[in-house]
Amino acid sequence: MYYLERNSSNVLIIGAGIAGIQAALDLADMGVKVHLVEKRPCIGGKMAQLDKTFPTLDCSICILAPKLSDCYRHPNITLYTLSEVQKVDGSEGNFSVEILKHPRYIKEDVCTGCGDCAKICPVRGILNYFDANLVTLAAAYIPFPSAVPPIYLIDRKRCVYLTHGICVLCTKACDAEAIDFTQKDTIIKLNNISSIIIASGFNLIEDINPLKEYGYKKYPNVVTALEFERLICASGPQQGHLRRLSDGIDPKKIAYIQCAGSRNIKDKKYCSSICCMYTTKEAMITYEHDNEVESYVFYIDMRAGGKGFQKFLERGKAEYNINYINNKIAKIKVDENENPIIIYEDLNDGKIKELKVDLVVLATCIIPSEGNKKLADILGVDLDEYNFIKTKPFFSMETSKKGIFTCGCSHEPMDIPRSVAEASSAAARVAEIAKGR
Amino acid sequence: MKSEDEPIRIGVFVCHCGTNIGGVLDCEGLTEYAATLPNVVFSDHNLYTCAEIGLKTIKEAIEEHNLNRVIVCSCTPRTHEPLFRSACEEAGLNKYLFSFVNIREQCSWVHMKKPEDAFEKAKDLIKMGVARATKLEALETIVVDVDPSALVIGGGISGMNAASNLSKQGFKTYLVEKEKNLGGLLNSLYRLFPNDQESSELLKDIESRIQADKNITVYTSTMITSIDGFVGNFEVEINQNGNSIRIKVGAIIVAVGATPLKPINLFGYDGKIRITQFELENVLKNYSLNANNIVMIQCVGTRNEERMYCSNFCCMSALKNALIIKEKNPDVHIAILFRDMHTPGIAYEEYYRRARESGIIFIKYSPEKPPIVEENKIKIYNEYLGTEIIIPYELLVLSTPLIANEDNKQIAQLLKVPLEENNFFLEAHVKLRPNDFATDGVYIAGSAKWPVDITESISQGYAAAARASTILSHDTLEVEGATSYLPEEYKDLCRGCEICLKLCPYKAIRKNEKDEIEIIQVLCKGCGVCGASCPKKAIKIKHFTNEQILSEIYALGGKELP
Repeated sequence: MYYLERNSSNVLIIGAGIAGIQAALDLADMGVKVHLVEKRPCIGGKMAQLDKTFPTLDCSICILAPKLSDCYRHPNITLYTLSEVQKVDGSEGNFSVEILKHPRYIKEDVCTGCGDCAKICPVRGILNYFDANLVTLAAAYIPFPSAVPPIYLIDRKRCVYLTHGICVLCTKACDAEAIDFTQKDTIIKLNNISSIIIASGFNLIEDINPLKEYGYKKYPNVVTALEFERLICASGPQQGHLRRLSDGIDPKKIAYIQCAGSRNIKDKKYCSSICCMYTTKEAMITYEHDNEVESYVFYIDMRAGGKGFQKFLERGKAEYNINYINNKIAKIKVDENENPIIIYEDLNDGKIKELKVDLVVLATCIIPSEGNKKLADILGVDLDEYNFIKTKPFFSMETSKKGIFTCGCSHEPMDIPRSVAEASSAAARVAEIAKGR
Repeated sequence: MKSEDEPIRIGVFVCHCGTNIGGVLDCEGLTEYAATLPNVVFSDHNLYTCAEIGLKTIKEAIEEHNLNRVIVCSCTPRTHEPLFRSACEEAGLNKYLFSFVNIREQCSWVHMKKPEDAFEKAKDLIKMGVARATKLEALETIVVDVDPSALVIGGGISGMNAASNLSKQGFKTYLVEKEKNLGGLLNSLYRLFPNDQESSELLKDIESRIQADKNITVYTSTMITSIDGFVGNFEVEINQNGNSIRIKVGAIIVAVGATPLKPINLFGYDGKIRITQFELENVLKNYSLNANNIVMIQCVGTRNEERMYCSNFCCMSALKNALIIKEKNPDVHIAILFRDMHTPGIAYEEYYRRARESGIIFIKYSPEKPPIVEENKIKIYNEYLGTEIIIPYELLVLSTPLIANEDNKQIAQLLKVPLEENNFFLEAHVKLRPNDFATDGVYIAGSAKWPVDITESISQGYAAAARASTILSHDTLEVEGATSYLPEEYKDLCRGCEICLKLCPYKAIRKNEKDEIEIIQVLCKGCGVCGASCPKKAIKIKHFTNEQILSEIYALGGKELP
């Protein structure tokens, strides 16, 4: 018997990354009914895409998976995937909300997750966001094998039945008879929502800016950090065996460029907070895979303020063959074998130098979630100059509107521990209101 | 619930854990091997057994094959046991009939260079696990009442916000502060970054809310003297000016903060013209500053061998104080000597930009060539120029870190929670349980865990309150059933030597009025110290019985337990 159940109302959480999930679990464990809305087909957000996590190098999906399952199975959490909030009225204590839920074209309660639909689907070449678009899938797909919910879906824009009225091979292949092309967009109306938490997460600057000065997209051996996470991840496109995208050769010399697209006036002025640490982590994991790898990290300031972070850096230097070079690089070019050459000024002697490497990894800037602008309009909350959710000084969970709270990267770049703590803090504020005091 | 008398039917599930296990061990081979072991009626393998699909496979197999024991060969019970146990329960199997075999941390990860040997070891581990599973017994969990009240230790900014939130959620809250006043370090600060609000203003606001809140009882000048009990039912003794007071609470939050380091013997610190950043706050309060040349040194006494950590907020404190001085008097020369400017995020980076625009000079130094402080000038080697720079000063400000409070050890002992190597409190999980302790019902917030700024202290205060509320919101609670006990039939074996009573780290053992050993089940954590140390082998440890452990050892030697 939950203490709160007697006088509790419902809560809406937007975004089911680690922050949204933690807030949902905390509230659900207090006995509050939570509606959790996620625009992607599955929950877990960016954390699910990571290989390992700093500073303890736990496998990311391994520590996240139990939370995903808890969230999916919790009696107090109703999960809406492939869904967006499209209308919000009312005020603190009593919002009404409209959720637009897109169809999967696969019956959620019937699909067994066997994957026969994906095997037979003749449409290929659908870029999989989960693998940083490095892998293509069929039009019937699941973003990753351990996705929650474990239900396939059909890409409405690519499926030839939905676009041209032909095929239906998947319908024939599905023994469970789960395929349902009659599904339509549905609108779900929720009333008596006492408060709302925005946990919309983040995008990365490569989503909006080609990063030409680093030769990204032009040179195959210049990749972003998120792409690199997938490349070294056991469940990623190379099954955890790191190879170059140009020629499949194992890279032995890797350069990591910090502050790509951040801390400058031309791009974003702010610091993305997490890159110094995840770069060190990526260099460590790479070394664990192959002890011959040398890493070069080009940085402006090493930011290692979190618990155990400084020690993590020192370990990187001492045990993992990581060289930190205090610098911001000028340019990247390539030789005839697609080996990137980094041109930089050595701050130790002021000279311009070149470093030829096998692979470059860009620590790209965290930018606000692409949906923040629309979401802010719908919710009536203010954004900052970059489109992050604006928060009150010292009270990072408070937005400009009463009854609407935020946590995690939706309002500022931050690491996992802080996102989780902030999620709980937003849940705490919501609990005050849910109890009607 | 399945009956224990029916024949043993074991299901074994081997997890690839992506390539964490599958990249080293032949999981299909292990699955086939498991099928050959005694009492195993079903075996399967999954890419991730912890994923929804994997859990579904377990539940379906329990039903289809009428399994009455389930073994998952994968990772660690620390993170995953609750998940697999609840999957078993959902399929009608007592959760204690689930067993873990660790083939990741104890096999594939440590033997990744020797996959063949690792495979043989994994087979042994599974064989042992199967032998143990055969001997497992169904157990009942214990249900306890929850007292809907909380104790917050520490009345700084983090603790006050935690208390305020808990009270607003409807829980009776006790806020205990060892000093005379609430507010902690906020009392010694002048203005706060990033909006330059006066510290006293923020403090006054929260303090008046706390004092007006009838649901919060504040005890200042008060120490914690003892803590007994367990989640939902802690009995705490506090001492206020010599008066002992007993309170009963369901949860406890530790928010004791941290202490600024005094840089004795560092950079000529004298507390007069060479002061700390914290001492500068006090100077700025009455603006009794008459120096035209000010130098600040960052990372004093930290990020070194002795204290291998960054104190997180000192760069921002230095920038804030330098800007305050610059705004009062733009002619004052200020130089900040730093190693790495720590201004993460949006507002802080913007603050750093403002500081540079205001004319504050930033000079980077390396720990190999630290600044040399002389009577009224500083020598610093600039790597970029390749030369030594001399800067005059009338005031030298040393940015020192927060260090762990001296009495953290006592508090940790009272609560039976761990500290890390710098004596800050150690949370249950660095990433996913940042404000929990591994001990149920006890939580951690603010700089007691690690140096953080005010914004993070507040958010952690709320976070810890939310975590406590997940316990306090229930009328009752289930606690671990795998405990130690003295079986009725063994009572005669006990000689009353009291070794167990002295060794029990949870104070769960006492002697009753008949002078017999009694193990209080709700206090017992099942650690097994009592059972292992009992000279007469009278104490039985549920879920880790001698029979269960010996069966594993015999299995390793290729024999059955006689």
